[in-house]
Amino acid sequence: MERPLTKHIKPGSPPLNLKDYLQEGGYNGMHKAFKEMKPAEVTSLVKASNLLGRGGAGFPTGVKWSLVPMDDESAKPKYLVCNADEMEPGTFKDRYLLEGNPHQLIAGMIITAYAIQAEKAYIFIRWAYKKAEAELRKAINEAYEAGYLGKNILGSGFDLDLYVHSSAGRYICGEETALLNSLEGKRGIPRTKPPFPAISGLFGKPTVVNNVETLSCIPHIVENGADWFKSLSLTGTGGTKLFGVSGRVKKPGVWELPLGITVRELLEEYAGGMADGYKFRGALPGGVSTDFLTEKHLDVKMDFSTVAAAGSRMGTGTMIIFDDKTCPVAFIHNIEKFFALESCGWCTPCREGLPWVEKILSSIEEGTGKMEYLDVLKFHTKYLGPGNTFCAHAPGAAEPLQSGLNYFYEDFVRHIDEKKCPWR
Amino acid sequence: MLTEEEKKEILEEVKQYPYPAVACIDALKIVQHHRGWVSDESVKDIAQILEISNEEVDGVATFYSRIYRKPIGRNVILICDSVSCMIMGYGSIYEYISKKLGIAFGETTSDGRFTLLPISCLGDCDHAPAIMINDDHYNNLTVGKVEELLASYN
Repeated sequence: MERPLTKHIKPGSPPLNLKDYLQEGGYNGMHKAFKEMKPAEVTSLVKASNLLGRGGAGFPTGVKWSLVPMDDESAKPKYLVCNADEMEPGTFKDRYLLEGNPHQLIAGMIITAYAIQAEKAYIFIRWAYKKAEAELRKAINEAYEAGYLGKNILGSGFDLDLYVHSSAGRYICGEETALLNSLEGKRGIPRTKPPFPAISGLFGKPTVVNNVETLSCIPHIVENGADWFKSLSLTGTGGTKLFGVSGRVKKPGVWELPLGITVRELLEEYAGGMADGYKFRGALPGGVSTDFLTEKHLDVKMDFSTVAAAGSRMGTGTMIIFDDKTCPVAFIHNIEKFFALESCGWCTPCREGLPWVEKILSSIEEGTGKMEYLDVLKFHTKYLGPGNTFCAHAPGAAEPLQSGLNYFYEDFVRHIDEKKCPWR
Repeated sequence: MLTEEEKKEILEEVKQYPYPAVACIDALKIVQHHRGWVSDESVKDIAQILEISNEEVDGVATFYSRIYRKPIGRNVILICDSVSCMIMGYGSIYEYISKKLGIAFGETTSDGRFTLLPISCLGDCDHAPAIMINDDHYNNLTVGKVEELLASYN
């Protein structure tokens, strides 16, 4: 099984430095792009590879790039931004790539910047990822010294400066337009779309925002081609994916596996199955803003379209396992409290609705809930859902709530009937 | 008053941006790095140097959870309270620390040694429960491990 993204990552050891990475064929993709390809050809190749954005939304990367104006002189400078603000609870995949192979990301960013002809690039990194930031800065310095960054890269006439921006801590900054406001030194509040960042992004200029894992795929696609990339998955979507499992399993961890592997394989073969004394009740397949999957979904293939068909979203692909010794109301309360705290406060449904949901869940968990509260929660899953809020924050919060109410309804009722949490 | 060093560092950040206000978060971080937190006076000083209003700076300062608008202790303990750490028992870690230090979330010990705060997911979910103390990550925690850890910070 090929594992292009993690081949050179050895947990516990420092990442490869530039010299060692070059010996392993690192930056081959970048050299190939500069020598053999025009910018538009790189974009076409990435489109053909069927790479879907790894930040959670699964938008086709090549399509995103192709929205950037390529002939408009007034649209300069253009920007590329790497979203490394990983903060989705239960998600620990970008950190693995950032700490494990920063040069792979830098190579991906150079190629991407070349494809959209961006002169400036930023890595917006979560402040808490101190080790990742230090490794990145070291690797960027090496790339400058080698002439891979700066003026006239490899004699191509193409210039690129790459900066690291460490965030000041807010989940909403993972939303790409909120991230851009934050990069501009403002409150991280999402922007109206359209215009999309590809037309008017950072400082009003065309901007592409891509996730760490997405950008890390690019050098391999350029080096090995679109057909090779598609052949890595079991489903025809391009590529491998970093999958993680956390919760009460025997061996929690993160692995690079083909897209299309089943939930059962991930849970049993890679995570070693449930820890002794714990039973599987469900899983959030890709962070807390995804709907629950349950036992009947164990054979669902982990790919964007197949998880969606099962009523959830693949999100970040890092699965949180929900077990029988954890109270579902407390579990969902924890998630909704997170979303309530992290709401940016810009739009009313999210700012007012999420704290209300949190309070209701808290009262049910404490044994003071009433049956009619369940209708209020259901009402919120609708009015905090897609189309009723300014961005995807509240709809994300609604996903575990609506599916939790559906799958664990009896457990909610037991809290109300027994006037206490049966798990305490 | 900002020190010469703070001013110099802020102006260095301003240089890379199209206009000074872009450096607002950087400036807040610089001041916090030197003073531990950002006072009302510092908000005014930053506003002046970046040519924006005090309210704009405060709006930014109060938006971000890692900008402190109140004094904090010499060491900041951040306990991950997100869902994977909840499943794996962050509650017992919190209870131990809270009892041992006599402070709840949002409080500082009377000797100024520790401030205790919650934090969202630290990306350590496969080694939960996890905490940060200052810039350092610790994971796979047990009460015994935390006891040793606390003793190593003065």
